[in-house]
Amino acid sequence: MSEAREFKYIGQRTIRPDGYDKVTGRANYGADLSLPGMIWGKILRSPHAHANIKNIDLSKAQAHPDVLAIATYQDFPHVQSEAFQAGEVPTDIIDLARNVLADDKVLYHGHAIAAIAARSESAAQDALSLIEVEYEVLPPVMDVADAMKPEAAVLHNNMFTQGLAEPADKASNIASRMELKKGDVAAGFALADLVVERDFYTPTVHQGYIEPHATTVRFEENGQAMVWCSTQGHFDVRASTAKLLNMPLGKLKVVASEIGGGFGGKTTVYLEPVALILSRKSGKPVKMVMTRDEVFRASGPGSATRSHVKIGAMKDGTITAMQASLCFEAGAFKGSPMGPGCMTVFTPYDVENMYIEGYDVVVNKPKVAAYRAPGAPQAEFAAEMVINEIASKLGIDPIELRLRNAAKEGTQTVYGPKLKRVGLVECLEAAKNSPQYQSALKANQGRGLAAGFWFNIGGLSSVTINMNPDGSGTILEGSPDIGGSRASMQMMAAEELGIPIDQLKPLVADTEHVAYNATTGGSRTTFATGMAVIEAAQDVVRQLKERAAAVWNITAEQVDWADGVAINTTGDDRLTVAEICKDAEKTGGQIAGTGNINARGAGPSFAVHLCDVEVDPDTGKVDVIRYTAIQDAGKAIHPSYVEGQYQGGAAQGIGWALNEEYIYNKDGIMENAGFLDYRIPLASDLPMIETVIIEIPNSFHPFGVRGVGETGIVPPLAAVATAVSEAIGVVMTDLPCSPPRVLAAIHGKS
Amino acid sequence: MATVIFSSELQRYTGEEKTTVGAGTYRDVVAALLDRYQGLPADEIQKMAVAIDGEIIHDPLLETVGEDSEVHFLFRISGG
Amino acid sequence: MSKTHVTTTINGDVTEFLCEPADTLLSVLRNELQLTGTKEGCGSGDCGACSVTVNGRLVCSCLVLGVEAQGAEIGTIEGIESAEKLHTIQEKFLEHAALQCGICTPGLIVSTKALLDENPDPTEEEARYYLAGNLCRCTGYDKIIRAVLDSAKVMRGAA
Repeated sequence: MSEAREFKYIGQRTIRPDGYDKVTGRANYGADLSLPGMIWGKILRSPHAHANIKNIDLSKAQAHPDVLAIATYQDFPHVQSEAFQAGEVPTDIIDLARNVLADDKVLYHGHAIAAIAARSESAAQDALSLIEVEYEVLPPVMDVADAMKPEAAVLHNNMFTQGLAEPADKASNIASRMELKKGDVAAGFALADLVVERDFYTPTVHQGYIEPHATTVRFEENGQAMVWCSTQGHFDVRASTAKLLNMPLGKLKVVASEIGGGFGGKTTVYLEPVALILSRKSGKPVKMVMTRDEVFRASGPGSATRSHVKIGAMKDGTITAMQASLCFEAGAFKGSPMGPGCMTVFTPYDVENMYIEGYDVVVNKPKVAAYRAPGAPQAEFAAEMVINEIASKLGIDPIELRLRNAAKEGTQTVYGPKLKRVGLVECLEAAKNSPQYQSALKANQGRGLAAGFWFNIGGLSSVTINMNPDGSGTILEGSPDIGGSRASMQMMAAEELGIPIDQLKPLVADTEHVAYNATTGGSRTTFATGMAVIEAAQDVVRQLKERAAAVWNITAEQVDWADGVAINTTGDDRLTVAEICKDAEKTGGQIAGTGNINARGAGPSFAVHLCDVEVDPDTGKVDVIRYTAIQDAGKAIHPSYVEGQYQGGAAQGIGWALNEEYIYNKDGIMENAGFLDYRIPLASDLPMIETVIIEIPNSFHPFGVRGVGETGIVPPLAAVATAVSEAIGVVMTDLPCSPPRVLAAIHGKS
Repeated sequence: MATVIFSSELQRYTGEEKTTVGAGTYRDVVAALLDRYQGLPADEIQKMAVAIDGEIIHDPLLETVGEDSEVHFLFRISGG
Repeated sequence: MSKTHVTTTINGDVTEFLCEPADTLLSVLRNELQLTGTKEGCGSGDCGACSVTVNGRLVCSCLVLGVEAQGAEIGTIEGIESAEKLHTIQEKFLEHAALQCGICTPGLIVSTKALLDENPDPTEEEARYYLAGNLCRCTGYDKIIRAVLDSAKVMRGAA
């Protein structure tokens, strides 16, 4: 990229183009579509955490006059075990099928068993009680540590641990083991003056999007079908649903509604295949909407983890060795974010000796879904807590300790490549200079700081820009807009074309109006789809220059382009975009540009967060009183929405650190499946969240963009827990730092 | 010669941390590795992403590897 | 069971509908009257996405029965703007980038209007506590609170 490029639109705080519909209530989300003749689908869910299904008797439900269709696992044709990547976490298609509708076993409380479509929502709900299921209840396995014990009840008798030196000879709950290493940790620890090691626990948490999963579908007589749904990736909904129902992709159109939050949780399918079966059987459009209770019990969540981290350092703060064992709960089916957890845990550090092992373990909880930088918050929480303890014990400022060992350009990562130019050092310097770090604390207050790393990804993006005869244009993209990305697309296209942003209308097209786009996730959209937008805009400019050349009867090479105007370098002629488009029919037809790419070169984004808390020693309640989030954006296209990502990630991380957790009883029943008892942060729980945008350009992107969506949830867990630890004088190793746990820590100390 | 560095997962098959192969296309590199390490599972390695000189590439089929390149095979990365 | 006939006023327009005794006002607004700007996030009064006003009082429409709308004045997000012009609160939400996914936005705007009708000059803390019933998972509330306080300032100036 050209370092000195002056931007006209990039970096402005424009009004997002989809905003008007959203502040007026006109925007249509997953549950907002109704079709003529539509009926409602509801799902019967398991009352047990772990049970064999002995028999399902549908006869009474089938006899109910309002019931028009019933779906069970038997309605999935030809599903066989096969590795399948649609969406974020690699899965096996048979596991996906068995999560959508249980086969012969239920594996968590809330596991879907059968679905009924009826003339009204209440009739469908009522008719569920007519389905008779006979269970053989099995002991639930609710914690990763218990699940790994040799005597644990086994969820899948055909699952043998992958990744062992010797093949496993007995089924277990450990789906796979991996290890990463560099150097020699034993030698590294031998050099250390101080070694700190601890065990950590993070609970099951939910992404907590406010919009429940929802879909409306229509299966047509000619085998064509339409799915409208709230998703981060409608092309992957199409892939998964078509695979489950054995449909050709060309017969299934998926329309992405506006999406009311996802955070990784809307990257797989739950309702869509079921609704299509019900629609096919009933011959009517079917709508399905999850209740909040169902969202908690049967979608998402993020993995609970148990981990052990050991770090050694010399007196001067040089870290000599880092070691971790990370055990991730996958939920009912294999596929936790153990891999990225292992790959991220120590990446903020340039240390010679590392050894990391990870375990992917099934338990009787809902199958986990991606959650914002999946695996990294849990893993880096443990690492950052130990780093802070080392800083404290060595009497070194935690920023200085990190600066001494910070990952930078050329650092050899444990997972493979050397890092390119990254912004961790700049984030640490900004933290050191921040007003918050300079401020003093009072009694019962504590301050915590933590760094965070996330890779970011690129991947497939396809964009078409159709120019109109008046010189305006429509940007057809295929990345569901979860946080304002259409504003960025509009700005990037305007920058390339040199026309005002309001001349360009960005639309998230359905699966039939634009080529395949990977799911909105991995912080890829502004980076990768943005690159496709830039490429499409450059394609338009190339054509505009050719048309101007045709008008002037010169070659395209003799045409310059600046600020949306074609310039005849052989004379004084000028033609604007509008003038060229107006006469496009005379120079070869209408103008459209495309950018179909498999983007690579995603730049990692590092962050540093600072948190001040005040602890009430009588109740254990923790208030966050000040917070600063600092992160490298490469180049902020729309600074307000970049700040918004930092603030939103911080808030989710604060909730994870302080309050959020799935609470199960001894039978494996979740006891807090609602927003009253699963408490996400409220407006009254948080202070203003100060932000600092660092811009170390990503050399692989024309404007220098790095993804920013995910890294912001990585540092808060350790930043908050360290602040609490400092305030009460006890290291908090288990999350959340809820009042009972903080109070117990205070009392344990005295 | 380009240097190929193996993750600890792959070292189970290769028995060594790194090797050198002639420069060429990604396909040439994979063919050379499969030829050299009989136990290396072809389907597994072809599913992996690669990093060539620090740039992570998820679908490397058409990539070329230069004389002094450093190549890593790694897990595909997704996100939320 | 026969349906109940209800006559009510929604955003100033006299409106009639039929509903079952158990239907919530939220369900009536969304499914009978196609006023889908009011959102459902929880159905239990915990998230505020379904915020509306009933006779000027801010409520979660998922906790109100449709039949209770008889004779009442209902205010929803669809009635906030006037004559195709955005309300100041709507403008400020856009200007401050106070929304990301936007699902909580209609409820927050209805609640903010109720707040500013009651208290034209709230402190940050008053705004945070008044809006504590409206969950937002995307923004961390920072930009929302800025939009609310800026709206209050502009509306005081205009009044």
